[in-house]
Amino acid sequence: MLNFLWPIFVIFSIIYSMIFGDVETLNTAVFKGSEEAVTTSITLLGSLCLWCGIMKIAEHTKFVKKISKIIQPLVKFSFPEVKNDKKITQEISMNMVANILGLGNAATPLGLKAINSMQKQNKNKKELSNSMMMLIVINTASIQLIPTTVIALRSSLGSTNPTSIIVPVWIATLVAAIVGITSTKILIKLTDKNKRR
Amino acid sequence: MQLINYLSSIAMPMIIFIILMHGMMERKKVFDIFLSGAQEGLSITLKIFPTLVGLFVSISLLKSSGIIDFFVNFLSPILNLLNFPKEIMPLALLRPISGNASIALATDIMKTFGVDSRIGVIAATIMGSTETTIYTIAVYTSSIKVSKTRYILAAALMADLAGIITSIIVCRIMY
Repeated sequence: MLNFLWPIFVIFSIIYSMIFGDVETLNTAVFKGSEEAVTTSITLLGSLCLWCGIMKIAEHTKFVKKISKIIQPLVKFSFPEVKNDKKITQEISMNMVANILGLGNAATPLGLKAINSMQKQNKNKKELSNSMMMLIVINTASIQLIPTTVIALRSSLGSTNPTSIIVPVWIATLVAAIVGITSTKILIKLTDKNKRR
Repeated sequence: MQLINYLSSIAMPMIIFIILMHGMMERKKVFDIFLSGAQEGLSITLKIFPTLVGLFVSISLLKSSGIIDFFVNFLSPILNLLNFPKEIMPLALLRPISGNASIALATDIMKTFGVDSRIGVIAATIMGSTETTIYTIAVYTSSIKVSKTRYILAAALMADLAGIITSIIVCRIMY
């Protein structure tokens, strides 16, 4: 995607400023941009390392497994077709918990494991099944307890209270997840009807 | 409101507390594990650094050339009609496509308008509550080699839109 977007961004801005603006600002912009990349990465580095470290501890304990037991009922509601398959429901709930905790590195492999187990039971191997769609939608909704990267960014930019966005993020992410799950459920119902006719 | 602020402040220390307690109770070598995780954080930063350089430069160019202003002004009649803050529009468009590019853009928005300004907070909330949807869908569908994705993109983008709109509304109420 960026192979297409990035050159377009650069080329268009050069063309635009050659026609409408002054080209001199482009020179400063190039150096300012690369300088900002350095300052952002360096200020981000500390808090990112801290969180990766803390979350690694969570990964090594039974913490993730414990919470995934709590959310089992939710999983069974969202995935009615696989609710009797213990292995798949466990993989799904582990994936959800990893997402919630912001264990990005752990969440994706767990999710991929779940979708691969679903594929084994899938009747039409070329098409996404209902539960697969639900899994993907939940993973794109980014339900996260602590939005670590954004908080790190805010504190690196000198915010007076970097964590103050946590509750707004919870509300927004919850609404997004509910909208995603409901619209998927509705779309599944609609297309299943069409198939029966 | 005070409760919300309190919840926001207590969430992070609480999580750290619970995780460390768990580690201690299970008699893990907590600090060694922490170090190996922090090492990963270092390599993640190193990995995204080149991407950030490229993207920060391109965003800096887009901004100084005036093309973003042109684009936003072009759309502003519609955005005003919908009561959508026009400063957020480029971020809303880029967010589902590229994670690193939207990090770079959000940083820029927070710097320009102020990290604690309403626009800055909206940008941060959007970053925290949405995901790189198109990339995620690609990773999942390609891992099982499915070609018919039905309407997954529509449903996921709908969720993103809902997240963005909610971010704007919530931040307008709170800030």
